[in-house]
Amino acid sequence: MHKLTVAQQAKALAAKEFSSEELVNHYIQRIESHDEQLNSFVTFTPEQAIENAKQADVRGKQGGILNGIPIALKDIFCTDGVKTSCASRMLDNFIAPYDAAVVTKLNQAGAVSLGKTNMDEFAMGSSSESSFYGVVKNPWDTERVPGGSSGGSAAAVAARLAPASMGTDTGGSIRQPAAFCGITGLKPTYGRVSRYGMIAYASSLDQGGSFGITSEDCAYMLQAIAGHDARDSTSVDQPVPDYVAGLNRSIKGLRIGLPEEFFQEGLDAGIAEKIQQACDVLKSLGCEIKPISLPNAKLAIAAYYVIAPAECSSNLSRFDGVRYGYRCENPKGLEDMYLRSRSEGLGEEVKRRIMVGAYALSAGYYDAYYLKAQKIRRLISEDYRAAFNQVDAVLSPTTPTTAFKVNEKSNDPITMYLSDIYTIGVNLAGLPGISLPVGFQQNLPVGMQLVSNYFEEQTLLNLGHQYQQQTDHHLQMPKEFE
Amino acid sequence: MEWEVVIGLEIHTQLNTKTKIFSAAATAYGADPNTQACAVDLGLPGVLPVLNKEAVAKAAMFGLAVDATINDGSVFDRKNYFYPDLPKGYQISQLAIPIVEHGKLEIALEDGSTKVVGITRAHLEEDAGKSLHEDFDGMTGIDLNRAGTPLIEIVSEPEMSSAKEAVAYMKKIHSIVQYLGICDGNMQEGSFRCDANVSVRRKGEMELGTRTETKNLNSFRFVERAINYEIERQIDVIESGGRVVQETRLYDADDDSTRTMRTKEEANDYRYFPDPDLLPVKLDADLLVQLQEQLPELPDVKQKRFCNQYGLNNDDAEQISASRDMADYFEQVVKYANGEAKMAVNWVSGELSGALNQNNLEIGQTQVSAERLAQLISRISDNTISGKIAKEVFQAMWSSDKTADQVIEEKGLQQILDIGELEAIVDKVVGENPKQAEQYLSGKDKVFGFFVGKVMQITKGKANPAQVNELLKSKLV
Repeated sequence: MHKLTVAQQAKALAAKEFSSEELVNHYIQRIESHDEQLNSFVTFTPEQAIENAKQADVRGKQGGILNGIPIALKDIFCTDGVKTSCASRMLDNFIAPYDAAVVTKLNQAGAVSLGKTNMDEFAMGSSSESSFYGVVKNPWDTERVPGGSSGGSAAAVAARLAPASMGTDTGGSIRQPAAFCGITGLKPTYGRVSRYGMIAYASSLDQGGSFGITSEDCAYMLQAIAGHDARDSTSVDQPVPDYVAGLNRSIKGLRIGLPEEFFQEGLDAGIAEKIQQACDVLKSLGCEIKPISLPNAKLAIAAYYVIAPAECSSNLSRFDGVRYGYRCENPKGLEDMYLRSRSEGLGEEVKRRIMVGAYALSAGYYDAYYLKAQKIRRLISEDYRAAFNQVDAVLSPTTPTTAFKVNEKSNDPITMYLSDIYTIGVNLAGLPGISLPVGFQQNLPVGMQLVSNYFEEQTLLNLGHQYQQQTDHHLQMPKEFE
Repeated sequence: MEWEVVIGLEIHTQLNTKTKIFSAAATAYGADPNTQACAVDLGLPGVLPVLNKEAVAKAAMFGLAVDATINDGSVFDRKNYFYPDLPKGYQISQLAIPIVEHGKLEIALEDGSTKVVGITRAHLEEDAGKSLHEDFDGMTGIDLNRAGTPLIEIVSEPEMSSAKEAVAYMKKIHSIVQYLGICDGNMQEGSFRCDANVSVRRKGEMELGTRTETKNLNSFRFVERAINYEIERQIDVIESGGRVVQETRLYDADDDSTRTMRTKEEANDYRYFPDPDLLPVKLDADLLVQLQEQLPELPDVKQKRFCNQYGLNNDDAEQISASRDMADYFEQVVKYANGEAKMAVNWVSGELSGALNQNNLEIGQTQVSAERLAQLISRISDNTISGKIAKEVFQAMWSSDKTADQVIEEKGLQQILDIGELEAIVDKVVGENPKQAEQYLSGKDKVFGFFVGKVMQITKGKANPAQVNELLKSKLV
């Protein structure tokens, strides 16, 4: 059953080939027997999952698009009554009294949550090594990282411990782990999916999205989670198209741009080759491939590492030990309580970004850092705007290298930050992006990123689906988890 | 040495919206601690602010009332600082682009002239919660009911030059926000409070002196006292060779002084930046047109109309128009009392206001309706009772629902208008007091009052004072 995609499982459930309870039970057993190797879940809720699966079976055909399908949720989405930790000691005791908008929508669609997945603490990281609950491992090579920050959600799908999962993407946190784990990951347009109940890292960049084996599965997930939400002022009131129906359109004549800046030094030659092969497949399907330029792309990482920390320094101020979350033992006074609760409750990378952000916003530095970064952000958006006058999608590698080893970069934040070089600009511009598996380099998955114009997720899903009809990279599974 | 004083005020006005500025929790005052704080107000993770449109409309209405620019596209910023009653670790406020800018307000000065005070800006923001330092045995309790209550902070230009001017300005703003119905004006509950920026300089100096900011003044009296204390303190410091330190100060009502709260060096760097959770505030195209139509007659206009229409003097007109409800009540009284405007002013701002104050009531809760008060006034003007007796009637009316006529009838308080009856009494009084009569005739005018008193004593106050005077003068010759 676990070799089936979401779309296949949905059909099988509808045909009563098996029940949701059986399907969910199967995944529960897989998690129980395999997750010790990966550490992809931080909270596992089998009883609740079985209960919900039974209800899904009762609903049958009356259920939503994901009725009875098991999923996993990144532990950044608040779940009513189930712990939401953001993989931080700070929230190790936090149980939200509400569901995130995404969780509500998935419930309405009939999905059955298996539990909450591990991640970089507060979504800050590219390797899922900064979790309070320990490092997540890549199912393709457990000495390597699954990418981050949504590493638990990506590893779980790659190891078929869940057929699909939810992640968030602030600078590449869905696309990069999707690439490292050999699965499909979609980051929707900023504003397409409500951020309500999704614990904020950098509010102007954060966007919830999904992991699946296929582009088609990501279409099923997006169908369920997209839409306007009055509780999120940045959510956009724009009709939700039928993503699933759009998958089978011909991609003939679609123009695809290759930014010259993304095929220069620093890119692994093997990865470049896989991307070239993928381009050839798209060309054979009638796409027109042409070079384009994103002249300000090289500034993206610098701008991101001002804007994201600036927002995070403020977003994480609420974790002060006063009302909920971690509070230090025997505080000697207010300042001591603040100082020790935050010092002890937050991890190193989180504290580093809070410090950087507070500095960038402080009097005398604001113009030089924060405002400058915002200007760069506009330039990057304009680069993409110009590109989309010429092409329908922008294609590049998702990452400059394949998955690196655990501890390889964890003491060198700058190198770690550079692994997001192809994905970060997309967040700064607020555009949708998808990562698709395009083959293997020394037995490690390689990902290709496609980016489209605002609210044109269907173009990405359509391209991905048509590509996946011609290839089987996305169907490969890590041996140990077959 | 002559000194010049420069004062600017920042007035925090709570908007009386039903729900909070960024959440659906109620704003009502006085609920049990933390019963009116939802997930947004508590700063729980993942929840997001959603702007209350009513707060925007009310802020814009204030802008219209003070002739200001109302910005389409004002921006919410985060003001970052840690405090236990600030749940998110930042306050959502407006820094660079406030909703209201460049307003002005005319105030009346003591010498009868007027002065225009500029209003730099009025921005929307959320109130913080309250820290309760008592009752927790060395610990601090936090009540977040107030957290997220909408405020406009109204910032004046530093254009006032005495505590009296500052109070006049503050009273005018207080009156306007209540006229507009955007704030309940309750200063004791903190709905309307102010910070005073004060500096002094030697007369003729161009540069402003170093200012201090005295925080959280919640009565007109405190504002006046705190400013006067600050002026004297700053002059003393300079005259004794010191320098005024830029700092935030607190006013202590117990010993009527101000003291240092924090100095400039200790001041927070608030690290303001635009709140990424909120979009710039777009004003609906017809909002301003609608608000303009809803704009009530404002105190200044009403005051002038009262002078013209009812022949009131400026002081009376100002006093009676300071509160919209009071002014409405007054106009009702005048209407029912056949245009006795002067008497209406005296009664509304005299006996009626006294009774309201004594019972801690607002005009809307009055025990004596405008119609009943008008009848009482009519009985004075048609000489049924004297003004003095009328006060007695008013008290009886206040504690019952009887009309003036019923009270007069029951207590037999009609004036003695029979000239013969009154003449007999006057004759008797004059006859029985020859010594005093002689004194009066020898030039001691004061003794006249003795005779009036005697007559009133015998008639139990029911004699018409004018008749008594006339009769006594004709007899004492």
